[in-house]
Amino acid sequence: MAKVPVQFTLNGSEKAEFVESGTTLLHALRDKIGDTSPKGGCHQGTCGACSVIIDGELRLSCLTLAETCGGADIRTTAGLAEGGVLHPLQRAFLDAFATQCGFCTPGMIMAAKVLLDRTPNPSREDVVEALSGNICRCTGYEPIIQAVLAAARANSQNAA
Amino acid sequence: MELRKDYFADVRKDGLHEIGQGRPRLDSPGHVTGKTAYFADRNFPGMLHLKMVRSPHHHARIRSIDTSEAEKHPGVVRVLTAKDVPHNVYTILILIQIGPEDETVLADGKVRWKGEAVVAVLAETERAAQEAAAKVKVDYEVLPAVFDMEEALKPGAPLVNEYHGQNYYLYDSGECRKVRFGDVDASFAQADHILEQSYQSSPIEHAPTETTGCVVTPEGNDRFTCYTNTQAMFFTLDNASIILQMPGSKLHFVGGTVGGGFGGKVDVIVEPIAILAAKLTGRPVCFIYSREEEMQISSPRAAEKVVIKDGVMKDGRIVARKVTGYTDAGAYSRHSPYGAQKGAAHYPGPYTIPNVWIDTYCVYTNRTPSSAMRGFGVTIGDFALEVQMDKLARLIGMDPLEFRFINAYRDGDMKAHRQPTEGAALIECMQAASRAANWPVAEKYMAMSSYRKGV
Ligand code: FES
Ligand code: FES
Repeated sequence: MAKVPVQFTLNGSEKAEFVESGTTLLHALRDKIGDTSPKGGCHQGTCGACSVIIDGELRLSCLTLAETCGGADIRTTAGLAEGGVLHPLQRAFLDAFATQCGFCTPGMIMAAKVLLDRTPNPSREDVVEALSGNICRCTGYEPIIQAVLAAARANSQNAA
Repeated sequence: MELRKDYFADVRKDGLHEIGQGRPRLDSPGHVTGKTAYFADRNFPGMLHLKMVRSPHHHARIRSIDTSEAEKHPGVVRVLTAKDVPHNVYTILILIQIGPEDETVLADGKVRWKGEAVVAVLAETERAAQEAAAKVKVDYEVLPAVFDMEEALKPGAPLVNEYHGQNYYLYDSGECRKVRFGDVDASFAQADHILEQSYQSSPIEHAPTETTGCVVTPEGNDRFTCYTNTQAMFFTLDNASIILQMPGSKLHFVGGTVGGGFGGKVDVIVEPIAILAAKLTGRPVCFIYSREEEMQISSPRAAEKVVIKDGVMKDGRIVARKVTGYTDAGAYSRHSPYGAQKGAAHYPGPYTIPNVWIDTYCVYTNRTPSSAMRGFGVTIGDFALEVQMDKLARLIGMDPLEFRFINAYRDGDMKAHRQPTEGAALIECMQAASRAANWPVAEKYMAMSSYRKGV
């Protein structure tokens, strides 16, 4: 099958790959580039485990074709910690016990990040709405909601 | 958080101090940074993808299998059928002497449930494996199927599994697990009220976020490394060793990180065939359930039916309990004979009842094989028992919590299966619950003790 070249930045660094036409971004990131932080829980757009941020928008990488990502700025949970220091969301997920098996966690953190980037002081309803595309079978969601609210509080304290 | 240590104070003198403390989980830093390595995060050059051809029928004889078109499909490396599997008929619990072997790795001559694995296709890409699997031709003669446990137990029902010879698991105690304690019939005759109710549950899928699977690499020295999300590492290693007729020393299992299990990943299903495929092709092999397979193919919690007949006195004492439990194993045993057996010990509940009669059946039907899930064998029973307890309390016009105090087991009481009660603490839990839920009970119940020092 014909391969197509694709070039984008992933967590700030340039990546270039040849992919088969029709390859999903999830597959390209995990199996070609080696960033396994997005997870494949369903490969059909229903679980949110594969969530990544493309040009500031939350996207399901299992439903995004890699060849459509030329020139894009792609962010994943693997690139969130800076210089070994955890992002406030990562810190909050740790402290609030918001991760059990951890399989949904990278996707949850991506969804929460897009929310906080736009709505620095979200209400509980905002958080529930923002996470509504992400399934967690372990935690019962409440610790995750609390973690996102705690991260928002930590952000606003740092800003003050 | 309030911690009550007084009840076990004479048992534990070692000054436990961890409960009530916040302790970080050791695996969380990996989870929040995306660094935790799940089995599917391993990728090896030249890795093949395995896809199963599955039965579209609930029960059918296989007349013939034609893999020739699939083998010609571009990208296909190998196609496996029953004859390729060294020890094709197995059962997981054979490791603890619970036989007979009753399940095939790949169907041989017959399929017994819709979704059963028939042919394994190995190809360079997932897509090629999928396309080739669709080209395998299996000629089936559809047989009558049975889906209801009580129908399956009737004479003349279609025989689901020839390795058992009848549609129930044959325990050493006969067609069911039995508990006989006291004289239920005499007590029913003297009871003020009798209440007989039946409770039923459907199969429940665990639906872990990470689907079941494994990645196997041949190490070039006749040894194989299997990265797996099994919840039952050594069970899987030992069963793989039996199925592949290969010493366990040749198998290296790497696991421990499970993206959600809940009991759904204790069966030995994906690993043996993937190891065999790696051995026969000399290439790394990846076998991951699709979401659809996870929901439809992986074992659910068994459907259960529980029929409870209780004799109760106006003063609140339950004097007799008779239970008949049915566990739907589906087409194969997996962990269900054990689950049904657990139910037999559990059905009196945490109550002291002087006369008990229990039969629990592990029944074979043409449904998806069921297996372990969080407290299997007792969880559905607890639902049934506690609903029954509420109904009994209502029947005699008693407060449901006080009714449970009257019947609660206490240290030293003999249970129906003849294990003395130790460390019960049920009375103390109910007293704490009464306060916490602001559901007051009479003072005499608050003065009770599991040690029987009180009332
Ligand atoms: S893997 Fe993309 S939504 Fe589930
Ligand atoms: S922590 Fe397991 S799915 Fe969310």
